[in-house]
Amino acid sequence: MNGWVKVMRISTFFYTLKQGIKNIWRNKIFSLASIATMSACIFLFGLFYAIVANFQTIVKEVESGVAVTVFFERGASPEVMEEVGAQIDKRTEVSKKVFVSADEAWEEFGKVYFSGDQSLMEGFEADNPLAESAHYEIYMNDVSMQSTLVTYLQSIEGVREVRSSDIAANTLTDFNRLIGYVSAGIILILLCVAVFLISNTVTTGITVRREEIAIMKLIGATDYFVRSPFIVEGILIGFIGSAIPLALLYVMYSRLVVYVGDKFIWLSNMLRFLPVKEVFSTLVPVALILGVGIGFLGSRLTIRKHLKV
Amino acid sequence: MIILENVSKAYKAGIPALNDVSLHINTGEFVFIVGDSGSGKSTLIKLLLKELDPTSGDIIINGKSLNGIRRKQIPKFRRNIGVVFQDFRLLKDRNVYENIAFAQRVIATPTKKIKRRVPMMLSMVGLAAKYKSYPRQLSGGEQQRVAIARALVNEPKILLADEPTGNLDNHNAWDIMKLLDEINQKGTTVLVVTHNLEIVKAMKKRVITMKKGVVVSDERMGESHAD
Repeated sequence: MNGWVKVMRISTFFYTLKQGIKNIWRNKIFSLASIATMSACIFLFGLFYAIVANFQTIVKEVESGVAVTVFFERGASPEVMEEVGAQIDKRTEVSKKVFVSADEAWEEFGKVYFSGDQSLMEGFEADNPLAESAHYEIYMNDVSMQSTLVTYLQSIEGVREVRSSDIAANTLTDFNRLIGYVSAGIILILLCVAVFLISNTVTTGITVRREEIAIMKLIGATDYFVRSPFIVEGILIGFIGSAIPLALLYVMYSRLVVYVGDKFIWLSNMLRFLPVKEVFSTLVPVALILGVGIGFLGSRLTIRKHLKV
Repeated sequence: MIILENVSKAYKAGIPALNDVSLHINTGEFVFIVGDSGSGKSTLIKLLLKELDPTSGDIIINGKSLNGIRRKQIPKFRRNIGVVFQDFRLLKDRNVYENIAFAQRVIATPTKKIKRRVPMMLSMVGLAAKYKSYPRQLSGGEQQRVAIARALVNEPKILLADEPTGNLDNHNAWDIMKLLDEINQKGTTVLVVTHNLEIVKAMKKRVITMKKGVVVSDERMGESHAD
């Protein structure tokens, strides 16, 4: 980056900007090809991001329903139960804990198995079959921490049993990890393609302007002055190439949300789209930074290789 | 002042383009450098512009050794030297005004100064009326005038002209030489590499003749110059 943070005269800044735009114009075909491919890359990235963001919200919702149940030692006093609760509260991975007393557990059992039939339940009034079933239901911020939490819970005094569903937690964790890897992989491939394309465009620009560059060097232009228009060219291609797909995605996503909401009401119970604002408040800056960054990187690498001034 | 002290330049081992050349050119002088192809004239120009580094020896321009100039300092050094080529090397997509202004933009001259200076240069080379023309609309002589104006717009102390009349007819060649002489009269040191011996003889200036990389004569129209 050294050299690119130099203070530039305003007239030189505008001159450089103008030359950068002229470069794009001079190599119209290559510039258009670069912008189109960059747009395609960013479009795919945006599409992927929107899908992943929505998917992760669904996964999060499922995750939030995964709970670990902690049963107390037989005959545990309310003080012991409270102490166990205090120990649980110390853990940062715990998002919520719900205490279910033996009576509440029996009531819940009745609702499920006796369909709330009071006459059937009354027979057990004096002798709750689930007398030793008071427990905590513990919900986590991150289900991948379940095994660590279970080990900790088992070590707490006054705890008889810890029940958890390893399959649910592991499946969700693995799935989340898979999404992460796939996103990183796709982004990396897109990045390489885009850098390669910008580099090609800038190389053509340098070839076309070889004579001009030679004259500039003889007149006494600094490396910085010679290189700046090409950097501007790369950045502009990156910016345009990310602004176009963002606008397109915005229109598409907002229409899709409205369309699905109107036409497939039954789907809206299972599938809740993230609000447009929420998706794009992250996507817009990320895509723009990515586009401009790729443009900068592509042109910078090419200049280093082909423009020994 | 341009001083060459035992300068040699070899592109490949054993084939020197310049061989132990020593020269003194004083400030304000007008010097012709003549010689056949392969005599080392172009290598000399490239060494003076620090496009090349000598294999041995030293070049001193305006009191500064070129061996001591680092890569990053080359642009600043070159601003003291104007250069004109046989093929003009104008930017074809820019008009006369922009071609000259370009030389000032390159060194970050403020726009105000550019607007003042470019018309002055255009008047000096006699092309004030053609400032909007593009190189393809000009004759060879006019294109070379634009190139001279571009070379001088940043007020260099030295002007190097590499075969400036090589692509011109006799009439235009004379016009260009007269213009270079006028520039020299105003104090700029002028170094002209040329094949045009008719002009060289008529101009009565210092003439350095090179052959196979060495200076074979250094004279001022009949009178021998200290070498």
